[in-house]
Amino acid sequence: MPEFAVELRDVSKRFPGPSGEIVTAVNNVTMQIKDGEFFSMLGPSGCGKTTSLRMIAGFELPTDGEIYVHDKPMGQTPPYKRPINTVFQNYALFPHMTIGENVGFGMEMKGVPPAERAERVKKALEMVRLPGFEKRRTRQMSGGQQQRVALARALVNRPEVLLLDEPLGALDLKLRKEMQLELKRLQREVGITFIYVTHDQEEALTMSDRIAVMNGGKVLQIGPASEIYERPNCKFVADFIGETCFLEGTVISQNGRQVDVLMEGGLIAHAQSDAQLNKSQQVTVAIRPEKLGIRPFDSAANIYAGRVEDVVYIGTDTHYAVRLAGNQLVRVREQNDDPYSRPIANVGDEVKVYCDEAAARVLVE
Amino acid sequence: MLKKLSRDNWRGLLLISPTLLLMIGLLIIPLIVVVITSFGSRSPDGNVVYGFSFDNYLRLAGFTAEGFDPLYIEILGRSLSLAFWTTLLVICIAFPLAYFVARAPAGQRNILLFLILVPLWTNFVIRIYAWLMLLRNQGVINSVLGWLAGLVGIPFTPFDMYPSDGAVLVGMVYEFLPFMILPIYTSLEKIEESWLEAAADLGANAFKTFTRVIFPLALPGMVAGTILVFIPVMGTFIVSDILGGRQVILVGNLIQRQFLDARDAAFGSAASIILMVMTLVVTIIYTRKFGFGEEIASA
Repeated sequence: MPEFAVELRDVSKRFPGPSGEIVTAVNNVTMQIKDGEFFSMLGPSGCGKTTSLRMIAGFELPTDGEIYVHDKPMGQTPPYKRPINTVFQNYALFPHMTIGENVGFGMEMKGVPPAERAERVKKALEMVRLPGFEKRRTRQMSGGQQQRVALARALVNRPEVLLLDEPLGALDLKLRKEMQLELKRLQREVGITFIYVTHDQEEALTMSDRIAVMNGGKVLQIGPASEIYERPNCKFVADFIGETCFLEGTVISQNGRQVDVLMEGGLIAHAQSDAQLNKSQQVTVAIRPEKLGIRPFDSAANIYAGRVEDVVYIGTDTHYAVRLAGNQLVRVREQNDDPYSRPIANVGDEVKVYCDEAAARVLVE
Repeated sequence: MLKKLSRDNWRGLLLISPTLLLMIGLLIIPLIVVVITSFGSRSPDGNVVYGFSFDNYLRLAGFTAEGFDPLYIEILGRSLSLAFWTTLLVICIAFPLAYFVARAPAGQRNILLFLILVPLWTNFVIRIYAWLMLLRNQGVINSVLGWLAGLVGIPFTPFDMYPSDGAVLVGMVYEFLPFMILPIYTSLEKIEESWLEAAADLGANAFKTFTRVIFPLALPGMVAGTILVFIPVMGTFIVSDILGGRQVILVGNLIQRQFLDARDAAFGSAASIILMVMTLVVTIIYTRKFGFGEEIASA
């Protein structure tokens, strides 16, 4: 069994834009998606994630590079000959067919006998929790139900890879959360490789085994959710996923992973980096608000004085905007454990901000 | 049953009253007159003698004083078959054209639709005369072919294209094409690109995508177009008059001649009733099977 379900090697896609210029939608992308993995492509609109997905499905052909599915090069193979099925953003259910006919369509095309087809349609609808819906029409169903039908229609063919193009985008928040868990459950059950395209970072973090963060047609970072979140490799990734405070500065010294950065106002950050940096190199120190504290803690390598400018209560936490001595504004997130939710600092208070060395990441790009 | 009409009922009645008056005055009453006339007979000076006899209908069915003559049954049959072939040919030509327009870039579609409608600006009769100019023995087509034959030096006898059944068919197809293109276009335009991609994704090649997705979704348009084409073709007499050279006689011609030439309004009325009933029967059978072309596609 090949190790990778799907592999993109140096894949690019260029096409003529509206005024004749050449648009590079996907720029020299290489990625390997492991067998049985829940893999997400995450990025803002226009980052090339949907084009990449459409190239894997065969709706678009790469301008350069090659796509392999279980080590077989796809080349010019049309979509209907690929061992891949897609769940479309707008579901794309056939309006003139019943739910049963929709789900059975793929098997009908492959010449599966009607009896077996009916049996598998029944099982697939049970799997997506719509038992007995065969005779219904698509227009009688809610968005969430149509989404499940679209899933059943794709999965019933037992594809080698399932592609999902922002399938939850049209659903309301509560339903989306439900479907996220449902999708994850289904993926574990069927064991098929899922490639999931989304612009919703929370969705990607919740469901994925690994995430590829894309921007401007390029892949910036590929890794498990925790790695992407804890150790972003560039400013874009740190900013796009979760919330981050960025502090500009120059490198004073490096000792292995440990880096000291001199920032505005003479502040020094004791931070960490995986890269080899040069002395007086311009860098950015990225810190997650929940890693900063106003309550003191012993391990803190960095302690800065500042003044509270804003306090925002958001339920589980309270956000404090604190202006540091070098005029940097940082956001500190503290959990509300006081039963009366009294803030631990008020606007105008002089406070100290604490931060671990490991929580301060030095980013070059 | 005599419920007091509410304000809303009165308002509704007021709104439809112009149409109602028009329909009663110009459709219902004349129709009743036609039915009554059809049971009468012709007086020697060409007036209608009202009575109650089925003679006109028997004559249409072929039973005359001199014995059985299927002349009128043949005319009815010819009209049905011409309407059938016209509709079929129109569908064959209109479908690819409508598909082309529906798949053209959005900005070009209106221009293309406009071009399809441009011929309708010219009078119906003039357009049919134009076909006469093209098809007759000394017409444009034969002249050009004769000239080409003269260039390469082969003998040329002009094709006998006019007057003929074929010429009538060509004229009919030409006349009614736009009435099929537009409804089919409306259906095809609603087909989303993602449905075609979904079909391909699920293993359907181009042919299967056409037969299982595009064609069924275009069916409502084809049904609507068929109703718009079949019914008028059954009744027209101008096309067959001009391109048939008065040799191709359809029900429409028969009715026209009974009223204007033979001055037998009673027999003409009977023929009109038969035409109406025939058209109605065909339409009912057809719509029973395919519906009225309502949009099953709209979700």
